[in-house]
Amino acid sequence: MNKSQFKRNLRDNPYLLAGMIIIGLVLLMIIVGLFWTPYDTTAMNASEKLQGISLRHIMGTDNMGRDVFSRVMYGSRITLLIAIGTVFIGAGLGTIIGAVTGYFGGMLDEVVMRVVDALFAFPSILLALVIVSVFGTGWIQLLISLGIAFMPSFARIVRGEVLRCKNMDYVENARLQGVSNLRMIFVHILPNIKGVLASSILIGFNNAVLAEAGLSYLGVGSQPPYASLGKMLSDAQQYMFTTPSYVLCPGIVIVLMVLGFAFLGEGISRWK
Amino acid sequence: MKYAMKKLLMMLGTLLVVSLCVFLAFSVIPGDPALRKLGTEASPELVEQMRQEMGLNDPLIVRYGRWFIAFLGGDFGISYNYSTPVKEMIANKIPITLTMAIMAFLMTVLISFPLGIITAKHENGILDRTILVINQVIMAVPPFFSGILITFVFGLILRLFTPGGFVSYTQNFGKFIRYLFFPSLAIALPKIAMTVKMLRGSLIDEASKDYARTAYSRGNNTNGVLYRHVLKNALIPVITFLGMALADMVAGSIVIEQVFSIPGISRILLTSIGNRDYPVVEAIIMGIAIIVMVVNFLVDIIYRIVDPRIGLEDE
Repeated sequence: MNKSQFKRNLRDNPYLLAGMIIIGLVLLMIIVGLFWTPYDTTAMNASEKLQGISLRHIMGTDNMGRDVFSRVMYGSRITLLIAIGTVFIGAGLGTIIGAVTGYFGGMLDEVVMRVVDALFAFPSILLALVIVSVFGTGWIQLLISLGIAFMPSFARIVRGEVLRCKNMDYVENARLQGVSNLRMIFVHILPNIKGVLASSILIGFNNAVLAEAGLSYLGVGSQPPYASLGKMLSDAQQYMFTTPSYVLCPGIVIVLMVLGFAFLGEGISRWK
Repeated sequence: MKYAMKKLLMMLGTLLVVSLCVFLAFSVIPGDPALRKLGTEASPELVEQMRQEMGLNDPLIVRYGRWFIAFLGGDFGISYNYSTPVKEMIANKIPITLTMAIMAFLMTVLISFPLGIITAKHENGILDRTILVINQVIMAVPPFFSGILITFVFGLILRLFTPGGFVSYTQNFGKFIRYLFFPSLAIALPKIAMTVKMLRGSLIDEASKDYARTAYSRGNNTNGVLYRHVLKNALIPVITFLGMALADMVAGSIVIEQVFSIPGISRILLTSIGNRDYPVVEAIIMGIAIIVMVVNFLVDIIYRIVDPRIGLEDE
């Protein structure tokens, strides 16, 4: 991939460009938020409750007089962290399980894939609720439960790809040279399926942001006073008529994050 | 029939795995149900007697067997918090969740099929491009946010329904359905967008195959090829997706019930999770899991009817 090829790809691929711009903006907001927020994210100010958009508060304030923009900066950081963690756990475990079962096949494959299928049939939000109800609420529990919930789809994709590759000539060739099984899986086969893996990882990000938002809306994510985008929406809902900005701003940030990852995924799958 | 039997057996196998997982998950939680029931003031002898009564001293596998058999018989245990049978608590809530999921599913099929066909027919036309962009945006809006927006626009501004004015199906069925229309729409929106995208892609894919060209060369017009040949093949992947989508809608209604303050299964589930009222949580999770499994089973059967080739190699 040289520079001109990259430029041509960006020009012919509006999805990739749009995705990079949106995710770039969101990342910028999060990185700035690490060092500086306009106001303290938990500082309440009784005299400035439920204000609309203004120069002092560019996304208005909430029902406790906290600055919505500062809280959105903090909340989207948590959302992104949980999404990264979820995809890391899900894709990591899923890749290992899918690659090993697909490569070796046999009884192991049958048993493990039955369990994976059972997990797959289980809606991820429900699985996350089971795990949260066992281990309690909080963002670490949320991360682990979403990671487990996302594992089956990665396992299935990787298994299918490994099955496709395992009888190809290059694998035969490597086998004749005496390559060990583990080295075969991780050094020879996996690099050849990285394209499929990359776009499913981006779709995973997209779904993880949606799932995190939904679960923290239900109140099982990070706990107050810490901000999370989903929780802000559920708090804001009753003030929707008086202060629409309080509902709209966190919601639009969620939509932008999801849209950004979706565009990136679409762009990468169209990469020439 | 052999195929159906095989799928049925597989479903029962999955049910066993899921029930075992749910049971184990809730048995490893620290805390003694007998102690919970009696309060921390209870004497050790009393707690021991209670443990005997509740059968907590038996081996895990015996307890699992007893729980599972009772569950199949419709006995879901007794709520820790309210001391009422779980069955009574959830029996009249399940129709609400199911009605919403089914309405959302019907909307998805009724709206997305025509749109998918139109966009595929006019590939790269203005309409196709516009719908494609709208689709991408709708897919990115989480159902609860579109639910909030729908409440705002249709409830508070246009006043087409009263937010929070839920009417139970036992009181007035018409009003019940009317109230559930917008929640169902919120659940259906992202699924509609995905189905349109999928059907469009699948139709375009199939239309470029040889058999479609042959059908054209025999003198069929576009509609003839589309409806008589291409559509049936293009539907196969869409059916798989719709099956998964229906399962997702059942689970997705948990969040939407919260948005529209519908006193359904979700409120009980969330308060029970908060109160650690495990029999209730177990029953609801298992209930939804069973619905999901039955849906998957039905999809497998429909799949076979649409495409008789599927499952042949097993027989």
